[in-house]
Amino acid sequence: MRLADLLTASFLALLGGLVVFDAVRLGIGWGTDGPQSGFFPFWLGALMIVACAAVLFQAARRSDGTSFVTRQQLGPVLKVLWPAIALVALTHWLGLYVAAALYTGFYMRWIGRHAWLTVLGVAILFPLVTFLVFEKWFLVPMPKGPLEAWLGY
Amino acid sequence: MKLGAVLLFALALLTVIPGSSIAWEPSKPIEFVVPAGTGGGADQMARLIAGLADKHKLSPRPLIVVNKSGGAGAEGFLDVKGKKGEAHTIIITLSNLFTTPLHNNLPFNWRDYTPIARLALDEFILWVNSETPYKTAKEYLAAVKDKQCKERQGGQCLMGGTGSAQEDQILTIQLEQAIAGAKFTYVPFKGGGEVCVNLVGKHVDSTVNNPIECASHWKAGRVRPLAVFDTARLTVAEWKDIPTVKEALGVDVSYLMLRGIFGAPGMPKEAVDWYVAFLRKVGETPEWKKYMDDGALKPAFAAGAEYVKWVEENERLHKDLMGKGGLLKK
Amino acid sequence: MGIENLLLGFHVAITPYNLFVAVVGITLGTVIGVLPGLGGANGVAILLPLTFTMPPTSAIILLTSLYWGALFGGAITSVLFNIPGEPWSVATTFDGYPLARQGQGGQALTAAFTSSFVGALFSIVLITFFAPLLAEVALKFGPPEFFAIQLLTFSSFVGLGGGNPLKSLVTILLGFILAAVGLDIVTGQLRMTFGFVDLMKGFDFIIAVIGLFGIGEILLSVEEGLSFRSIPTGMNLRVVLDTWKVLPRYLRTFVRGAFIGFWMGFKPGGATPASFMSYAFAKRFSKNPERFGKGELEGVVAPETAAHAAGVAAILPMITLGIPGSPTAAVMLGGLIIWGLQPGPLLFQEKPEFVWGLIASMYTGNIIGVLMVLAFVPLFAAILRIPFAILTPVIVVICAVGSYAVHSSMIDVWYMLIFGVVGYVFKKLDYPLAPLVLALVLGDLAENALRQSLIMSQGSLAIFVTRPIAGVITAVAIFFFALPVLTPWWRRIQGTAAPSGSPRAT
Repeated sequence: MRLADLLTASFLALLGGLVVFDAVRLGIGWGTDGPQSGFFPFWLGALMIVACAAVLFQAARRSDGTSFVTRQQLGPVLKVLWPAIALVALTHWLGLYVAAALYTGFYMRWIGRHAWLTVLGVAILFPLVTFLVFEKWFLVPMPKGPLEAWLGY
Repeated sequence: MKLGAVLLFALALLTVIPGSSIAWEPSKPIEFVVPAGTGGGADQMARLIAGLADKHKLSPRPLIVVNKSGGAGAEGFLDVKGKKGEAHTIIITLSNLFTTPLHNNLPFNWRDYTPIARLALDEFILWVNSETPYKTAKEYLAAVKDKQCKERQGGQCLMGGTGSAQEDQILTIQLEQAIAGAKFTYVPFKGGGEVCVNLVGKHVDSTVNNPIECASHWKAGRVRPLAVFDTARLTVAEWKDIPTVKEALGVDVSYLMLRGIFGAPGMPKEAVDWYVAFLRKVGETPEWKKYMDDGALKPAFAAGAEYVKWVEENERLHKDLMGKGGLLKK
Repeated sequence: MGIENLLLGFHVAITPYNLFVAVVGITLGTVIGVLPGLGGANGVAILLPLTFTMPPTSAIILLTSLYWGALFGGAITSVLFNIPGEPWSVATTFDGYPLARQGQGGQALTAAFTSSFVGALFSIVLITFFAPLLAEVALKFGPPEFFAIQLLTFSSFVGLGGGNPLKSLVTILLGFILAAVGLDIVTGQLRMTFGFVDLMKGFDFIIAVIGLFGIGEILLSVEEGLSFRSIPTGMNLRVVLDTWKVLPRYLRTFVRGAFIGFWMGFKPGGATPASFMSYAFAKRFSKNPERFGKGELEGVVAPETAAHAAGVAAILPMITLGIPGSPTAAVMLGGLIIWGLQPGPLLFQEKPEFVWGLIASMYTGNIIGVLMVLAFVPLFAAILRIPFAILTPVIVVICAVGSYAVHSSMIDVWYMLIFGVVGYVFKKLDYPLAPLVLALVLGDLAENALRQSLIMSQGSLAIFVTRPIAGVITAVAIFFFALPVLTPWWRRIQGTAAPSGSPRAT
């Protein structure tokens, strides 16, 4: 827990530094017509650094043995996270609908051990309904891949 | 499983097999990018076109309006720039086609896109609140010069406008440079409708709104038009009596905003021809004509070389105006 | 005069065709409300072209009904999955989701829908009788007043957080920083984009919320194993009636929420801050504030009442002034112009049957709406019975679709995932998420209003004090900011005055 706390606060402090850096470029003064573009970001960033330093100090003083996440906890979390990442990555190549079909099917079979028929049913019907709702009904285009292109979309 | 999906997709789409291949026709929905937020002038026009295409069956496939307003429209322009050779992506442009890249040094230029057509030009009018004593532009500008806007800090008059380093501010600066000694404090707002309401609420002293943005407040007697920023008076009925800036102030300050369509970079010639014909048909519908009249827009359909020439001249004009106003990226 | 016109309006709104149109609109709207990322504005924009063939009154009824549907629907996913379907449903998740986890999803949904309806009704009645007068009040609100309201919203949350104040500060700052990324409209400069085109559009509030609340919550809840820990509710309508018996207890919260919502709804983007402010006030005035955030029904009532009251109020400036009070109203406004109507002060005189038909349809639309969504409460609650391995991928896909739909941009989907991980880490490390979201939604608006005000006053802060409306609101806001400091001091004075002479710490 302590390590995670230290890391997070350091990262946020770094972010604050980045903000301050950009704010200086934009001008942090108070012009004739009020603050310049960088005025608020500068103080937000600066305060962020100070606040994070205080959090770091707090965390460093505290010593608790609890870990941020146990091995048993991390397993299921990753089992949700990495397929979700794969879904988004696949969307770039295959388009959203095909990626969603693959992802839903894979997940149902892998985690839920559902019967193949259920898996196929949901994995095909769900993207199809999504397709109809978004592309046909609401006319909101989603990312599309080779399959849709082949079908004339 | 993928095969199953393919089959089902195919089944669902049986009705939409593309037509003959003699002349180009859209074979999938057309993405119509609006580099501005929902509800603004460009958005309205894009949705009107999409709606008319549907109502009068002017296009075999629908036009899908997509708003990409980030970074003063840069998001939309850069997105379309990335779609090289795509025949199904078009973008409606306003002046930010020129102003955004010039002010922020962003990597896009109208030459990146395929010019399709100019649909109309939007006018600008100098407005004041009708409870103020200024009946003419001359009276108002005299007040600006003498710092007579009493409710303000130091009597400095406030000019409200849309965005920063965009058409409204360019016009304000032009006006300041034409009339010696006149100096406004420019207050940027997010949208044109909001600007006019701030004028009605007396939070600013004047605006340079497009006619349609202030029309209803004018009819209700809340705001007063003083001058049109054009070389000739408007031709639509009730707008005829507003003098031009030349008549009212004796100086030449004019500005017209582009309402035009560009296609993705390297769009095939046949596709461009289809869009030009399509937009011409849209322009002939009664709904379009009524929209032009209501908004006092200047009908100015142009395509091909005529359009390109106009855009070229306008780019030069913007560079010049923004340079003079100190709005170019340093 | 109001009543007479209203009757004329009902004459228009209660034709079978217009009622049918309302039902269609509400159905579509509820779907849109459920899908995060697809907001009322999208829905209205998409239906707009279809309305060209309709009479304008039916067209506006279709669009407004869709908007009511979206207002109702936003609560559904907030309660069931901690994913706010709409920005103004964020505060609904604070207590709605814990309730669902305790097996009281049906009660939470019933409370949400009923509160929405009450809030809407309050606003509609005010609009019916005072529309022109209220429009004049709305005109008085310029940038300084707007900034004062933002300040008040924020101040209402001060001292409510609990937990580590340093970490609250960090998340507030992070929210403001994220809100500042992108184009600065006051100077037209790009901020904190570091040359990346993808950063230019900034961080959209709804994407952050889908990630932080939706994905973050899934990650957190699976730590114990791959299943949801919620208990599904019973599947009958009894739950609606039972909840109704409890709701009158929250009369004051209803009134307060409706008032806050109506008042905030005048200005663009009002519904979301209104829901937050209403929640904060409910907690502040509650006898058991410690129960908030753990599944208190009042914590659902407050934000939903305010959000729907604000949503309805947003229509008022649209028809009376021609300025939209919300993005959805902005699109409707475009519709009015395309239908050949000129929105603005004259609409009441020129097209009374349109305006009063619209106002009457607000009554009919919301009544139909609340009955429809309440009828489906058991069905919505039953969604939680779907097995985990099916529901999880479906939710993740819907989150992805929703994030993409906001700007049609893949980078937003990645942001959503990143926000999900951030939400998980923050929650575990006790960084509160609510201040972050509040800062993100208010940051942009507040900064613009502040700087516009300062331009107006040539850089003098006095503008917030010298203008009467802004002055009063600013004073109240400062009072709330000072409250955590004042309270101990006040107690001490009382202690001195008290005859018992309790021991004082000096």
